[in-house]
Amino acid sequence: MAGVGVGEARPASVRTRLGIGRQRQILLLVGFVVVVFVLWEGAKFLGGVPWRELGTGPQGPVIHNPPFRWPLANDLNLPHIWNILLVLFDPFQRGSDVTVLQHVVGAALYTWREAGIGFVVGAFVGLALATAFVHSRLFERAFVPYVIASQTIPIIALAPMIVFAFGQSVISVVIIATYLTFFPVTIAMIRGLRSFDPRAMELMRSYAASPWQAYVKLRLPASLPYLFTALKIAATASIVGAIVGEGPGGVADGLGRVIITYNQYYITGPEKLWATILITALLGIAFFLLIRGVEVLVLRARPSAAAG
Amino acid sequence: MPDATVVQLSGVDKIFGRGDVPVTTALDSINLAIGRGEFVSLIGPSGCGKSTLLRIIGDLTDPTGGSAVINGKPAAQARRDRDYGIVFQAPVLMDWRTVEDNVKLPLEVMGWDAARRSARAAEMLELMELGEFLNHHPYQLSGGMQQRVAIARALAFEPALLLMDEPFGALDEMTRERMNSEVLRIWEQTGITVVFVTHSIPEAVFLSSRVVVMSARPGRITKIIDIDLPRPRSELTRESPRYFELVTEVREELRRGGALVDDAGTGSAARTMAEGAVG
Repeated sequence: MAGVGVGEARPASVRTRLGIGRQRQILLLVGFVVVVFVLWEGAKFLGGVPWRELGTGPQGPVIHNPPFRWPLANDLNLPHIWNILLVLFDPFQRGSDVTVLQHVVGAALYTWREAGIGFVVGAFVGLALATAFVHSRLFERAFVPYVIASQTIPIIALAPMIVFAFGQSVISVVIIATYLTFFPVTIAMIRGLRSFDPRAMELMRSYAASPWQAYVKLRLPASLPYLFTALKIAATASIVGAIVGEGPGGVADGLGRVIITYNQYYITGPEKLWATILITALLGIAFFLLIRGVEVLVLRARPSAAAG
Repeated sequence: MPDATVVQLSGVDKIFGRGDVPVTTALDSINLAIGRGEFVSLIGPSGCGKSTLLRIIGDLTDPTGGSAVINGKPAAQARRDRDYGIVFQAPVLMDWRTVEDNVKLPLEVMGWDAARRSARAAEMLELMELGEFLNHHPYQLSGGMQQRVAIARALAFEPALLLMDEPFGALDEMTRERMNSEVLRIWEQTGITVVFVTHSIPEAVFLSSRVVVMSARPGRITKIIDIDLPRPRSELTRESPRYFELVTEVREELRRGGALVDDAGTGSAARTMAEGAVG
């Protein structure tokens, strides 16, 4: 029959739905920031220490005296949000030309590089392990328990050992980041590499496809949604790994050292540590969004790509 | 009878078991020969093993006993020689590939060069009247169109034998009838041998040169009915007295084999009744 089904093609109305979703998402995000701000400063307004004029020290004129004194809301435990933001533009050390912002962002980029290398290596290690596991039940039964056990060892216990073995260097830090990265990839991909339609595998069988062809043309593409879910977890885990590793690893240029330093001076300037946490969180979000962007690009042809 | 035998089943048994304990006899000493260029339908109630029989022919599962010889070779060898094109009830398209790339998939696996792949994919999609949907993704197509892509993919590498497992079972009656005509057209153009599993009596009669009627538990062939309707068949064939006689003959044979079949004779009604009778 001529023309059967011509014109039946469904228009992709996904885009309009995405547009509405994006607006809502931004509204929600802004709303959340506002709520946090109100709760934070509200607590300080009710139970903090006296508010003084912006930029004046502890002897500055009082502009508001809260009715209560809650320890959790004092300036040490919960600095004013504006002071956290303002401290970004203070010199990072007494008499230095470099601001806290420049210093911490520089350290964040340095840490990101270590985390990024660990992330890439960890992703490949995780994928290789999962590939081995899905091709051999024996291998899976024998080694998956050790993979899981590896993640129950606290990284602060393991980091000194790795540093002892590989020396105080960036290499140790990268190994620690790798160690935290491979695990989500392995676990997700054991599932993902088996998520293909079994009938599609029967088709591959009827084409007399080699195991490698079945892997490249079916298993791997079918597993990509799982892979990206794992990579998004791994992205943030790799940053944590790098920061934690920098302490024992003796790496002076990254966020790890900044955090340790500002921890030691917390009493005199809590805002600096809070500012560093803020930048670290932004780094994690940036890395996450980068992976999400690649995911959207790679999975754009799939109907479910808009989700997750 | 056509000149050469493509499928030769001799004493094929299939027993499903749990471990070494046999539980169900799905197929019991099946003998069947299918000649080159034939269109043979397997029909029977759910659980009669017709899909299992198709899977044995296609070397997707092993028989417990007996042998399946395809083109003079064991089924496993025929599979390695890429003698089978397979179409399932679901299209099983890869949603990360375009329509064109889905048709190219078997050709890539078989090592065709890029120019030949493109030419063949275009040719097959033209044959299935999907030429303008080359760059669409599967989710943008209707169910019937997706199934036509699956047929184009199955035929792309010119297999000796086309195995179709209830390919139109998920489609509505109108689309199913159109697809029937289309499959007949392709079959007449290519001369390929087809083994077709279906629940639908009208579909089996309209398409086939022979209808193999099976009964359940254990799965056996109760009768093979020659469909002597003239070719080429068209929508008018569905209204001829001989067509109704043959539909009735197949239905009565199914009933004799223990499957209750609704008199309306539509595929979906027959399927529902058959499943009710067996389940």
